[in-house]
Amino acid sequence: MSMTAIVINAFVAVCLLVSLVKSREKTRYALIVAWNALKRMAPSVLAIIAVIGLIIGFVPPRWIASVIGGESGILGVLAAAALGSVLFIPAIVAFPLAKSLVDMGAGTMAIAAFITTLTMIGFVFLPLEIKELGARFALLRNGFSFLVAIIIALLMGLILA
Amino acid sequence: MNTTGNESENNNAVEGAGDGPGEQHRTPLRKRIRWDWLFLALSATALIVLSMIFEGKGRIAGRVVWEYAKEMVFILPSVMVLMGLFAVWVNRETVVKYLGEGSGIKGFVLAALLGTLPTGPMYVAFPLAAVLLKKGARVANITIFLSAWACIKLPLELVEFQFMGWKFALLRLGLTVALVLPMGIMVEVLYNRGGRAQLQADASGLEAGD
Repeated sequence: MSMTAIVINAFVAVCLLVSLVKSREKTRYALIVAWNALKRMAPSVLAIIAVIGLIIGFVPPRWIASVIGGESGILGVLAAAALGSVLFIPAIVAFPLAKSLVDMGAGTMAIAAFITTLTMIGFVFLPLEIKELGARFALLRNGFSFLVAIIIALLMGLILA
Repeated sequence: MNTTGNESENNNAVEGAGDGPGEQHRTPLRKRIRWDWLFLALSATALIVLSMIFEGKGRIAGRVVWEYAKEMVFILPSVMVLMGLFAVWVNRETVVKYLGEGSGIKGFVLAALLGTLPTGPMYVAFPLAAVLLKKGARVANITIFLSAWACIKLPLELVEFQFMGWKFALLRLGLTVALVLPMGIMVEVLYNRGGRAQLQADASGLEAGD
């Protein structure tokens, strides 16, 4: 179990105990809400895991490198941002990849756009976000995140150039 | 009050305990349920077929799936319990006071801090955000919360720092923090603008329902 999982579980266990001491009825109700949410989310979350497996297992890093390192200018930034939105790569893999791309001569803007959309936008999570928060909110949030990622990339390119 | 637009959409999402009989006559929900099973069936089939064709890559994919499944089993249930406790114990007035319309800068800061807490992956944030929204948090704060959850994380920054250098990492972090607030407000403005008629319809429906 990871450190994060231990911290979260311990914290929730304490909360649950306090709740149980204060009111059994309310605690029971909270657990019913939790169970229903878990049932509701299960298929989407399992699908997300399958897609993450597909992406990490079957999208070759060389292909990512050719997209980000290949094009330059605003087209390269857009391509990198789009790729970062669609892909799901854990940080521990993404940053070494980004570093190697920089060493190979890829532009700062494209790299910044790629990393920002990678962390900020989860195309993989979109169906679940729509389900939980509504299509209107999900599309607005992801659309603006994409825009902000492009702005961040352009500013970084200007400042670090 | 602008958050009511989501309430009817999320009725079943948050008030899980009471939606049993409601489910039967809500066809849109049923449609959505089929969609996520379809999504699961397609992605799982693709994963299995590709893994059988390319064995070596399939093994990598299998390991990744196993790692994430483990994470899900350890984190998702407890976060859902936390969400349930929150739904039961924290009343609407409290959420409105700290994260609602009048919460101002304090609300922005609180939303960002809630998002940076050491927590699980993005998908556990959505039901938490839905419960906050339903209890009266403003849309801008929910956007800030989710953005912080997604990309302002200490472990993430440390890895970035290590590989990309302090200049790149700090500049990117600074720009992200600076731009998330205007982004939240823009999302809120556009969210509220187009949906006003819808919002009122939903609000009246809620009163009847409650």
